[in-house]
Amino acid sequence: MATPPAPAVKLPALKPASRTGDHDPGQVKIAVDGLSFFYGEKRALHDISIRIHPNLVTAFIGPSGCGKSTFLRTLNRMNDIVPGARVEGKVRIDGDDIYADAVDPVALRRRVGMVFQKSNPFPKSIFENVAYGLRINGMARDRAELTGRVEESLRQAALWDEVKDRLHESALAMSGGQQQRLCIARALAVRPDILLMDEPASALDPIATQRIEELVYDLKKSYTIVIVTHNMQQAARVSDYTAFFWLGKLVEYDRTDKMFTAPAEKLTEDYVTGRFG
Amino acid sequence: MEKHIRHFQEELEGLQTRLLEMGGLAEERVRSAVEGLVSRDVALIDRVLRGDEPINELHIEVDNRCFKLLALHQPMATDLRAIVAAVKINVDLERVGDLAVNIAEAARRYASHPPVKKLIDIPEMGDIAQAMLRDALDAFVRRDTRLAQHVLNEDDRLDDLKTQIFRELLTYMLQDPTTIEPALDLILISRHLERIGDHATNIAEDVIFMVSALDVRHQAPGQAES
Repeated sequence: MATPPAPAVKLPALKPASRTGDHDPGQVKIAVDGLSFFYGEKRALHDISIRIHPNLVTAFIGPSGCGKSTFLRTLNRMNDIVPGARVEGKVRIDGDDIYADAVDPVALRRRVGMVFQKSNPFPKSIFENVAYGLRINGMARDRAELTGRVEESLRQAALWDEVKDRLHESALAMSGGQQQRLCIARALAVRPDILLMDEPASALDPIATQRIEELVYDLKKSYTIVIVTHNMQQAARVSDYTAFFWLGKLVEYDRTDKMFTAPAEKLTEDYVTGRFG
Repeated sequence: MEKHIRHFQEELEGLQTRLLEMGGLAEERVRSAVEGLVSRDVALIDRVLRGDEPINELHIEVDNRCFKLLALHQPMATDLRAIVAAVKINVDLERVGDLAVNIAEAARRYASHPPVKKLIDIPEMGDIAQAMLRDALDAFVRRDTRLAQHVLNEDDRLDDLKTQIFRELLTYMLQDPTTIEPALDLILISRHLERIGDHATNIAEDVIFMVSALDVRHQAPGQAES
């Protein structure tokens, strides 16, 4: 294994508690220990350890290329398909090692749903977009159950009232914000318990963004949500916990209010006040 | 990004300059009020009574600047704490200006009576209160928590002097009822000076919060030191 290039700036000594969230005595949904990630010889993540709590929103922030999206994708093994990618360390969800040999990545991704920066509805009807995952997974016994689950998912994604009269029209005719909520409905249809969101509102206008943020707030009652965002105000508004990544390392992880009012690490302070670089 | 930061820093410095200006005016007015009392200089006392307008204008200006900075820049962490501290310091300084007027009012009444006694402790209280105010603002500008802590420690001296003044004047009032009215004005003045010290203490606490994110309010003296 090649030695990773030395960071340009020396990292300050970090207090372990500020990185792992161990100070919180609450329950743990996702436990990551000593996780490193390599693209071939290049090490993209360095020894990440973190505890993510259930039914809360955890935001990952940091400059471009800091590894926050890569880390998000290790949580449902989306990086498996990247050629030459390699993972070290452990990711456990509800205590189960998701990188164990016996784990089927497809089944894992049913449990850990994902929504991407750019909405990507299938060129099918609104109904079929949501029904798709249910059909291929054989998750509905009959038409009535399928219809019920589609409606339930669209309601959860706060989209039902807007589309109930045009379920069989093309999803591509919807607005950008509606398309993104449709993708959320599609992810929810297979009843995951964790939802990963990679910049879900970065391509949306402020009103559509606000709807997504409100949706995130509602959804955390039923799901554990991890969101990657470039927008610090968004992280501050929607999340309960915030993790700050820099050069592939987890610099600080704490309650969101603490991170944005009195962070413990100088690097975090410089980043959230815009004094970076 | 760079440009935005410079702009924000510039605005923050402008805010700081205004607060210092306000602090300088407040301190000067306290000094004039006490000097007017000691030297029985009615013209000087009247200048204090009439001259509250500049502080009041700055009070509003600082509030507007803070409000604008919060709305337009959405500051975080140390920047956020600096603006919240500025909002609170602004209130304290405006109150100090009002207390200088209250001192001047009492001094004007006092000047219409024969002096009760030679004034020693009240001018000392005035000096301590002014020094506390000056140090608290210096600590704000220099981000100096040590100096802020010194201000917190000074507050006890003012409290002790106030108690001493009260006891002493009580004996005068008991001996000679004609001294009651002027002596009560002196007691009021000592109370106003003690309040000015409390405002300087509030400012020092805000400085500690701004610099180190530690909330040292409502703690026993000395506890804040870290």
